[in-house]
Amino acid sequence: MPEPIQVFVNGSPLAVEPGCSVAVAIAIAGRSCRTSVGGQARGPLCAMGICFECRATVNGSAHARTCQIRCEPAMEIETT
Amino acid sequence: MTPACDAVVLGAGIVGAACALELASAGLSVVVVERDAVGSGATAAGMGHVVAMDDSEAQFALTSYSQSLWNALAPELPSGVEYHRCGTVWVAADDEEMDEVRRKMEFYAARGIDSEVLDASQLAEAEPNLRPGLAGGLLVPSDAVMYPPCAAGYLIERAQERKARLILGRSVVSAGEGQVLLDDHTRIAAPIIVNATGALAPALTPGIQVRKRKGHLIITDRYPAFLRHQLVELGYLKSAHSTAADSVAFNVQPRRTGQLLLGSSRQFAAEDSGVDHRIVAAMIDRAALYMPGLASLSAIRVWAGFRAATPDKLPLIGPTADPSLYLATGHEGLGITTSLATARLLADHLLGRPSPIPLDPYLPSRMAMAPNSSSASYSAASPAIEVSHA
Repeated sequence: MPEPIQVFVNGSPLAVEPGCSVAVAIAIAGRSCRTSVGGQARGPLCAMGICFECRATVNGSAHARTCQIRCEPAMEIETT
Repeated sequence: MTPACDAVVLGAGIVGAACALELASAGLSVVVVERDAVGSGATAAGMGHVVAMDDSEAQFALTSYSQSLWNALAPELPSGVEYHRCGTVWVAADDEEMDEVRRKMEFYAARGIDSEVLDASQLAEAEPNLRPGLAGGLLVPSDAVMYPPCAAGYLIERAQERKARLILGRSVVSAGEGQVLLDDHTRIAAPIIVNATGALAPALTPGIQVRKRKGHLIITDRYPAFLRHQLVELGYLKSAHSTAADSVAFNVQPRRTGQLLLGSSRQFAAEDSGVDHRIVAAMIDRAALYMPGLASLSAIRVWAGFRAATPDKLPLIGPTADPSLYLATGHEGLGITTSLATARLLADHLLGRPSPIPLDPYLPSRMAMAPNSSSASYSAASPAIEVSHA
């Protein structure tokens, strides 16, 4: 069992396994990735970087495709 | 079939829509013919910057008068038009451009338009995402932005309330001598025909000096608060003597959604309406020189369209040698701004009403007809590089 890494989802610490995608970390935290313009919760659909549904802010970069990014230590993930 | 009416307006872009509303409001029976959809040509391709321009007295007169008409209309515009007086900041990169900022401020001040000279730190405060080291800028708070296709749709709806009839999906085969022929063989008789088909106008009125000038725009995903004002670079001054046929300039607009609309490019002799990625790359490079953070934002759509350019940068508004045929075209990058004034001046002329500003500078008769109607050419008269304001 590899050493877990710690990230922050909306400021709350979360331990995930190395290699975990940001989209999965958000799911573990019980959040949706973003809220659509119409007010609906959004999360990963294609999980391969095509559909843009899983966007969130990662380390200050808005609209990052979270299914395509692996968690790194101390990463700050903000859902909208 | 020969239905008759008082006036036929060719084209339901924002200029045609405004003309239809003015004429219908004056009590004329109006038919509007649109090949595609309302506001689908240059109206949909452009930025929607409602700006007072100072390239010439005539251009200032038309843009500022039209801006006042937009401001009067603003309270009744539907929310989808997204009319927002965010102001323009003309960005100066160096001291030479700051001289232009002060000249511009004095020009506006002498004509009753308030503006504010920003030094480097005031510019940085106004727009924190601009790079450090710029010299300053000129803030013109009264300028606005809007979403033009919705505005054209609104003007057409209001014209329809005044009994204007809209024919969609039909092309005009010929127009003149009191008659318009459509591609389904419908003939419409009318004593007044207004050619408001933008860059397509010479196809129906051969010989007028209107040329296609292609432009590209990029729209980003939503980044609220990244940008507050419409920003336009003044850097075109230094490259004004370039002979390049293609030019780009930094021009970015905040949309109410938080999206950023990024321009701009100008190309003569580009007939293909497709996106030219070489030009798009040059636009992004240019923008990144001013606003480095832009380069890492997500663009969601890129498109191109055709402005209707004239040799002297002024539109063609008014009568032609054919007593039934009138023009309302050639607005280049300012058609959204100047549409309402164009329509008002044309209606004033047709109805014999006095106008707040003279029509003379825009009369088609100021220009000779091009000797070769199929290729109106006057590239020597046009600077190759210039600021792109819409």
